[in-house]
Amino acid sequence: MDIDIDKDVCIGAGQCALTAPDVFTQDDDGISALLPGREDGGGSPLVREAARACPVSAITVSETVS
Amino acid sequence: MTDTTAPVAFPQSRTCPYHPPAAYEPLRTERPLTRISLFDGREVWLVSGHATARALLADPRLSSNRDRPGFPSPTARFAGVRNRRTALLGVDDPEHRVQRRMVVGDFTLKRAAELRPRIQQIVDERLDAMIAQGPPADLVSAFALPVPSMVICALLGVPYSDHDFFEAQSRRLLRGPETADVLDARDRLEEYFGELIDRKREEPGTGLLDDLVQRQLSDGALDREGLIAMALILLVAGHETTANMISLGTFTLLQHPDRLAELRADPGLVPAAVEELMRMLSIADGLLRLALEDIDVAGTTIRKGDGVVFATSVINRDETVYPDPDTLDFNRSARHHVAFGFGIHQCLGQNLARAEMEIALHTLFDRLPTLRLAAPAEEIPFKPGDTIQGMLELPVTW
Repeated sequence: MDIDIDKDVCIGAGQCALTAPDVFTQDDDGISALLPGREDGGGSPLVREAARACPVSAITVSETVS
Repeated sequence: MTDTTAPVAFPQSRTCPYHPPAAYEPLRTERPLTRISLFDGREVWLVSGHATARALLADPRLSSNRDRPGFPSPTARFAGVRNRRTALLGVDDPEHRVQRRMVVGDFTLKRAAELRPRIQQIVDERLDAMIAQGPPADLVSAFALPVPSMVICALLGVPYSDHDFFEAQSRRLLRGPETADVLDARDRLEEYFGELIDRKREEPGTGLLDDLVQRQLSDGALDREGLIAMALILLVAGHETTANMISLGTFTLLQHPDRLAELRADPGLVPAAVEELMRMLSIADGLLRLALEDIDVAGTTIRKGDGVVFATSVINRDETVYPDPDTLDFNRSARHHVAFGFGIHQCLGQNLARAEMEIALHTLFDRLPTLRLAAPAEEIPFKPGDTIQGMLELPVTW
């Protein structure tokens, strides 16, 4: 799974980290970031929910083409 | 036919404080978009469908800048003050983005988690004081208002000893009743924050306002007026809203004894209960926007210059998203509700608010298992429809 965070668009609401805390976090400035080692979503079923919860659609999720 | 019916007047007062007014029923049957009339007779769009609301709240063609000509006003007193500078929720991008980024680091999930012990301490102390003096008690003045007020003071670096002043002025700012009250309250709060900021320049403390004085004011990113406007919105939005959720949330739980018993039996349900209460109570009911361009949506066109109002209480009861939407259900997924808004203006303090609501409601019912209303439910006064919803008083005993 490819997860792209548009950090310019992010408003730091923290909805991603609230919804999928095993994958997303917020940096010290409040901006969304992926947890180390979870850049591919770690198989979490909540990644798409987290993307949907983002109020500014800053998160794009796509299946990795292998 | 809808076009032969007079538009619903908006806003109206609730009959039951946790349900939308019965008069909003046509808004529920005419999703996702219908027409309403405001106090001045102006007709504007009312968004009532969940998917349409999320799309439009995230649409940059809808402005939040209330100073723009044609911006819709829900009340005469709002119309009388909408040219006054309002930080964050009253500005559009790119200005909004700059302002939000100055403060958002202090409102992260991590920061809210760090504040939990302090919130717990405040909640415990307020309950100790209430228990020592009662029963009975007015839960609004003894608990629901002081808890968020003390928390936001600690976070901002505002002396809580000034709370009688700023709580009274916040009340006038949000509820008037007259335009003159709102203007005067703004003047007084601006003067108060101006003096506070000047003091902080001389003697820096450790709050967020002190940080802003040090980081933003000194390097010119924010001027004194801008910092005053920011302080005002953070303080007012930081205590009034959460206070209303605590008072109205308590009332709603007491009116749903089965749900309350379920919550008591399983404290793990508390976060879901808070989310469901947010959805059901939708205390900020009537978010305002102005269309800057024509917008094609849901088979119709919102024209440039049209006013758009989002009735969160109706949106959050869209049965295509929330089955049996009028029922309080902690086992549903209340996720994706718009009670905190959506788009760039989604509530800055939502993570802090969640922590406060979870700790306040859990601790209240844990410490006082026999808590109950001390007056007939239908006689307890709540706020009128033209402001943030909540209880005016909440007489309780235990």
